[in-house]
Amino acid sequence: MRVTVTVNGAEYAREVEPRLLLIHFIRDELGLTGSHWGCDTSNCGACIVWLDGKPVKSCTLLAAMADGRALRTVEGLATSGRLDPVQQGFIECHGLQCGFCTPGMLMTARWLLDRNPDPDEAEIREAISGQICRCTGYENIVRSIRWAAEHSTGHPLETE
Amino acid sequence: MTGGFGRRLRKEDARFVRGQGCYVDDVQLPGMLHGAVLRSPHPHARILSIDTLAAEAHPRVRAVITGETLAARNLAWMPTLSGDTQAVLATDKVRFQGQEVAFVVAEDRYSARDALELIDVEYEPLPAVIDARRALDPGAPLIRDDLSHQADNHIFDWESGDAARAQAVFADAEVTVIQDMLYPRVHPAPLETCGAVAAFDQVSGKLTVWATTQAPHAHRVLYAMVTGLPEHKIRVISPDIGGGFGNKVPIYPGYLCAVVGSVITGKPVKWMEDRSENLMSTSFARDFHMRGELAASRDGRIRAVRVRVLADHGAFNGTAQPSKFPAGFFGVFTGSYDLEAAHCQVTGVYTNKAPGGVAYSCSFRVTEAVYLIERLVDMLAYELRLDPAELRMRNLLRPEQFPYTCQTGWVYDSGDYPRTLKLALEIAGYDDLRKEQEAERAAGHLMGIGVSFFTEAVGAGPRKHMDILGFGMADGAELRIHPTGTAVLRISVQTQGQGHETTFAQIVAEELGVSPDDVEVVHGDTDVTPFGLGTYGSRSTPVSGAATAMVARKVRERARIVAAAMLEVDPDDLAWEPGRWFVRGDPDVGRTIAEIALAAHSDLELPPGVEGHLDATCVYNPPNLTYPCGAYVCVVDVDPGTGKVSVRRFIAVDDCGVRINPMIVEGQVHGGLADGIGMALMEVVAFDQEGNCLGGSFMDYLLPTSLECPAWELGETVTPSPHHPFGAKGVGESATVGSPPAVVNAVIDALRPYGVRHADMPLTPAQVWRAIQGRPLRTDLAIGPEDRLAP
Repeated sequence: MRVTVTVNGAEYAREVEPRLLLIHFIRDELGLTGSHWGCDTSNCGACIVWLDGKPVKSCTLLAAMADGRALRTVEGLATSGRLDPVQQGFIECHGLQCGFCTPGMLMTARWLLDRNPDPDEAEIREAISGQICRCTGYENIVRSIRWAAEHSTGHPLETE
Repeated sequence: MTGGFGRRLRKEDARFVRGQGCYVDDVQLPGMLHGAVLRSPHPHARILSIDTLAAEAHPRVRAVITGETLAARNLAWMPTLSGDTQAVLATDKVRFQGQEVAFVVAEDRYSARDALELIDVEYEPLPAVIDARRALDPGAPLIRDDLSHQADNHIFDWESGDAARAQAVFADAEVTVIQDMLYPRVHPAPLETCGAVAAFDQVSGKLTVWATTQAPHAHRVLYAMVTGLPEHKIRVISPDIGGGFGNKVPIYPGYLCAVVGSVITGKPVKWMEDRSENLMSTSFARDFHMRGELAASRDGRIRAVRVRVLADHGAFNGTAQPSKFPAGFFGVFTGSYDLEAAHCQVTGVYTNKAPGGVAYSCSFRVTEAVYLIERLVDMLAYELRLDPAELRMRNLLRPEQFPYTCQTGWVYDSGDYPRTLKLALEIAGYDDLRKEQEAERAAGHLMGIGVSFFTEAVGAGPRKHMDILGFGMADGAELRIHPTGTAVLRISVQTQGQGHETTFAQIVAEELGVSPDDVEVVHGDTDVTPFGLGTYGSRSTPVSGAATAMVARKVRERARIVAAAMLEVDPDDLAWEPGRWFVRGDPDVGRTIAEIALAAHSDLELPPGVEGHLDATCVYNPPNLTYPCGAYVCVVDVDPGTGKVSVRRFIAVDDCGVRINPMIVEGQVHGGLADGIGMALMEVVAFDQEGNCLGGSFMDYLLPTSLECPAWELGETVTPSPHHPFGAKGVGESATVGSPPAVVNAVIDALRPYGVRHADMPLTPAQVWRAIQGRPLRTDLAIGPEDRLAP
């Protein structure tokens, strides 16, 4: 079947099998390998992307379900060559080690801050609680998102 | 900017936050095919027949490989890192649920999976050994009938310490405690599963393997030994690795199947396991059944420890550890205390479960050792009605006792244990916590405080004692200084998130007085990096970090000779300051490393000892292990109605010697503490009575999330290692090793009003509730009739 999606502002159309998972569509068909596959069971969140502005676990959606809709992936976070504050925050606060969960964490973090620009620690922990990081013990991820919250306006790295 | 050590943001993050890392599954090659593994549904069964005709007829299938295909190439079995053999694809029997039986190569991932369903395997199920404690029973099913010398399921017996002396101390001890405890089977579960892309070039005969490996050079050697391909025609590339924790040290059958698939089809073949395959078939950790005993005087002097261990190694002895240490470094079970005697005996057995045992940041089983001694010390405190922190303080080694040879012969290099423990207690506000606990108890609340103190033995190791498959545990480093003064460092170890591209540049920067930005670190490609045994057992900084410092010092000395020629002075007349050699007594006259590098490549007439550049190589052979230590305090609240444990606070003071980059050290500790909470409270790979794996997905194998982990409270003491070039000890596994007993001690402390002495991990709500009822259960097996009645 034919699937047409907008990904990070660009339109893509592909012939795919109806059973193709969205994560494999994004990675293997579109070549956007920033989103990762980690568990198959919606537990780890390494595959999180935005579907029509909302984070989803793309390992448990079909590519067909994204037909005619808009995706945003980690590759679409930085704009005009500038990092999103959440990306900068993860660098500043050592919010990543192996980097495998990072794209999913970043997408959730951006979604959270868009809705709640000044989240407290508990709100951040709640927001990322559907995702697994095996390296950081989460604290530096929390700090990274707080950093982004505190540098969301007027910072030279602000997304334009 | 010059100078190396200190907090510094990571070089590797720029690509990771943009989604531009390159993990194995991101590798795409022209014409690449995809492999999938058919696995056994049975824990133990004879293979009567395998029919692959239907799979081969699938229009998108290019090859179907079975054990028979491999046997024709003498590849059906491979050596393990413990000197045993392991089936690549089963020929005679399957020996654990999830074992590799056949491999399909197809044009896409989904077709490969489809074709697995078309393979018809006829099995004759056999009785299986699921309970390790039954493995040596007379008449137990023989698992390894492929080995002619094997008449039962016994793998090894290993002992350490002095049995007679321990017996003598125990015989006249005023107080003893004894406890059976299980360190259950757990899994490192890196977020990236294991996989490989194999590309065999039929023209050049060169095999390139992109693999999820923590030890690319060891893998190259093994590929050469197994496949018979000449080693110089094998290139192993370990690209970005999505976490390893010991899971990515061994060679797995899937890697070899991808290689064979590429040789047969002439195309690159990618194989990535799924999460269930990772949890069910790749290297688990622990599975140590221990009976520990402590002897002490009534006034609280710990005198001796002894332990009997049954180690479940699964169906093949596939642990990755130094050859002479079948129980890893469990020999440091004497812990951090000054004892009169110690003895342990470890028996390893085969069971019908996945192979492994050494993984999950365990420092070669120091994890099990620390858990044993730290639980026993808490039990002794309970027995003597002493505060567990106070009991530890009384018995810790004193700074003046280092270097300290423990009762099992390990030579601890340095430490100031009382200072480390004192700092942890201060940060915790320990005395106030105990008062609060008293008030909470009076109000009927279950609050627990757990303390642990650990000593690790890492940085393997001295080559006269330590090898893997005959290869001494050394690591190499090569440093090139370009004419304009920037540098390339090539190392044999492999980051899986530890940040080597940053910290190893910092080591060179520290030694040469250049900017870390001017040092490029190259790793993970056996064609361009020097030989070495790789990253595990917290050995990167102790061994390869030392090699890096030593190679930089060689460069520095070479630069001295060139600088002397440039300045027309004797080399002995030069003195060093970061980045520059200068004339003693005339500091204005000198040359920077960049100036010297350019001169070394110029028409300057070079003196003897310099051939034309400053480049150098080094192999570092550690003279001893390094011994990081730490003191941890955990505070928990337990809901008596549900048994749910909440970790309120966790205080960790680590002494890993000199810290290259404190930010990264803290990150390593944070991750290990989360591991500890997971293992203590949530994680277990259990089996049912039929041998079905009950931990085969993240819905069953529970990992801690942001909600189970508190905000960590860290502290540090710094006791440099006296034998390491810059005093570092390694920290990658400290918190994973040290934190589980702190959590368990806290939970048992909380349950004190119920008289609970011990309950095995994981302390799930069900297990805690059972403990409150006085009936904690075995956690490694699903509840059976006899377990239901057991105390």
